[in-house]
Amino acid sequence: MSEKVKVTIDGITVEVEPGTSILNAARQIGGDIVPPAMCYYSKLEGSGGKCRTCLVKVSKGSEKDPRPMPKLVASCRTGVMDGMEVENITSPEVIEARKGVVEMLLINHPLDCPICDQAGECHLQDLSYEHGVEKTRYEFERRTFDKIDIGDKIQLHMTRCILCYRCVYVADQITNNRVHGVLGRGDASEISTYIEKAIDNDFSGNVIDVCPVGALTDRTFRFKNRVWFTKPVDAHRDCPTCKGEVTLWYKGEEVLRVTGRKDQFGEVADFICNTCRFETKKTSDWVIEGPRHIAKTSVISSNHYEMAKPLDVIKHNPILIEANKEEFERATKI
Amino acid sequence: MARKLLLEHINVPGIHTFDVYRQKGGYRSVEKALKTMSTDDVVEEVKKSGLRGRGGAGFPTGMKWSFLAKPEGKARYLVCNADESEPGTFKDRHLMTYLPHLLIEGMIVSSYALGAATSFIYVRGEMMPQIRILEKAIAEAKNAGFLGKNILGSGYDLELHVQPGGGAYICGEETALIESLEGKRGNPRIKPPFPAISGLYGCPTVVNNVESIAAVVPIINDGGDEYAKIGIGRSTGTKLISASGNLNKPGIYEIDLGLPVEEFIYSDEYCGGIANGKRLKAVVAGGSSVPILPANLILKTLTGESRLMSYESLAEGGFQSGSMMGSGGFIAFDEDQCIVRNTWNFSRFYHHESCGQCSPCREGTGWMEKVLHRLEYGHGKMSDLDLLVDVSKKIEGNTICPLGDAAAWPVASAIRHFRDEFEWHVTNPSDALNRNYGIANYADPLPKLEEIS
Repeated sequence: MSEKVKVTIDGITVEVEPGTSILNAARQIGGDIVPPAMCYYSKLEGSGGKCRTCLVKVSKGSEKDPRPMPKLVASCRTGVMDGMEVENITSPEVIEARKGVVEMLLINHPLDCPICDQAGECHLQDLSYEHGVEKTRYEFERRTFDKIDIGDKIQLHMTRCILCYRCVYVADQITNNRVHGVLGRGDASEISTYIEKAIDNDFSGNVIDVCPVGALTDRTFRFKNRVWFTKPVDAHRDCPTCKGEVTLWYKGEEVLRVTGRKDQFGEVADFICNTCRFETKKTSDWVIEGPRHIAKTSVISSNHYEMAKPLDVIKHNPILIEANKEEFERATKI
Repeated sequence: MARKLLLEHINVPGIHTFDVYRQKGGYRSVEKALKTMSTDDVVEEVKKSGLRGRGGAGFPTGMKWSFLAKPEGKARYLVCNADESEPGTFKDRHLMTYLPHLLIEGMIVSSYALGAATSFIYVRGEMMPQIRILEKAIAEAKNAGFLGKNILGSGYDLELHVQPGGGAYICGEETALIESLEGKRGNPRIKPPFPAISGLYGCPTVVNNVESIAAVVPIINDGGDEYAKIGIGRSTGTKLISASGNLNKPGIYEIDLGLPVEEFIYSDEYCGGIANGKRLKAVVAGGSSVPILPANLILKTLTGESRLMSYESLAEGGFQSGSMMGSGGFIAFDEDQCIVRNTWNFSRFYHHESCGQCSPCREGTGWMEKVLHRLEYGHGKMSDLDLLVDVSKKIEGNTICPLGDAAAWPVASAIRHFRDEFEWHVTNPSDALNRNYGIANYADPLPKLEEIS
């Protein structure tokens, strides 16, 4: 066991294992100082470094070599050194650069949030609220693509894609036979399958979970509902292919969709198989564990469990009844 | 006439063949290095010479070599970067076409110094004739016992391979080149780790430009100290300059670093002045990615000293009034050239060549190109100028590889130095389509510093 190294991010010191990235060190501290990450995904090896939203300033390299780094660095791919001092939200330079990156990400994004299934849980949406400007300076035609169905369960809408490459890494690592990747170059590059070949793999549905925007969407959930009208409930089942631990999204009595359990950084705890995701959408398929904790700041938590007409699933589950009461009280207080 | 180190025998008929090259003293450095020097001696000699990378960044080659990690049981690789595709630079192609054995000789000595048993020359895919020339030359060298097993009885083995490039400018970036060489999509890697630690196939790798490797030959032949005597300050040795544009005698010139820019442009020994008796308006001193400078600033620095062809002197004044040595692609513009159009052209190139991996470069290069296109074709607005500067700032320094910087600098510098011309394009759109802005005051002598203050 090697010794832990000390790193200071925005004035907060934390001790982490050597080799940890700045981003992960910041996540251990938590709160506002965590740089946003659109392309980095801790479960996907090799991801990160591409979107440049997690840029931070290293004002002191390390105890041994205190020189600051000359350029802003991608915190997701830069390892910490002992005594490193990092500035994230305390540095105007970083905020300015991040604004620039968000603007770049948005110039070719259709901003069709009102009709996008991802709205409400979209990282780009969060990012543009935090760092974007209200008006675009881009006065040219935006890049558009036709929608492509990758198999009968997943739809690829390249127009919304920010080319984070996460789905490519999923295809590389979760599935054993990769059939999609990046074609083209520069702003003409696109995620695509080889001649629209269907992705045929038990775990292909995970590309939907890792997509930070609405480029890869669940066709079984498409246009069914807004995410903030649905109730997330943790559940599990005995699944032969995956761990079977998922989040069910209820609307009324119906399970509208099934996803992996996403943490506060939008990363799933475990990848789930396509059977769990697409095929088992009845309450009777699942053992309910309790309500999924959603950050209070999220638009999803604005929808409380209805007290007047509780769902069947809530009426029969003591944990959910309890959670429902608490949430109802909190909501009525507000 | 300065002494030529690289191009000394370029006009000898048949110099591309092994026999003629050997007669003219070729492969002496291999004999010297393998028989009389240890690997550390060679590295030390290159360090002493002060040779700086000729590909653009100007990083000291000896230093780069000494950074190479040497873990037990892992292969080490030397890769020669011959993916020369910067607009305005064509020196490596010239060298490979006429003096393939010089490069191979340099590769053998450099590989020996680094302890590499397999080395690669990654040649731009479009340079098919050069690939054939190199392959033929390698076969000849192998035949003569300078490659393969137990070279010259020294016990040192070396295999040299030529790899045709992937057809993209970005493959000239060292990590993208390594990816491409491994058979993957040529996307630059995220650094660290640097190639010196983990490069080709995860092994320590050194990537050097063609000219840097060729320059190792005279360094070993004559000694590093002798080489360091040529040049000025930390810019030692000779440099190949690809001169193009509106010059009387465009072409490849081997100059001693430290030659005044004025002499280079106007002396009959070099470019012989501006073609058709016109006046010089602007110069891009080191290939398309370096900042463009107006005539008055390229000839004299702000302090009134004449500017020299050296890494330091060209960079004097920073980005405000200086440029860079770059890869030595010297492009001269006469009074009839349109800077807006040229900037758009460069920016179109970077838009086309951006790999699309990181957001600022992928989106920003296209954006700049579109705005510049609009300006050039008379639909521009005054606010576009500040927009361009702002976008270029948002790209610069925020990208994975230097392509973002390379795309941002020409635009930012063109607007900094030629703002009048850009504004004229906005205010006189119909004129801008029919005639050029002309030389204006870009060639006027610089005001004295005390006059400004």
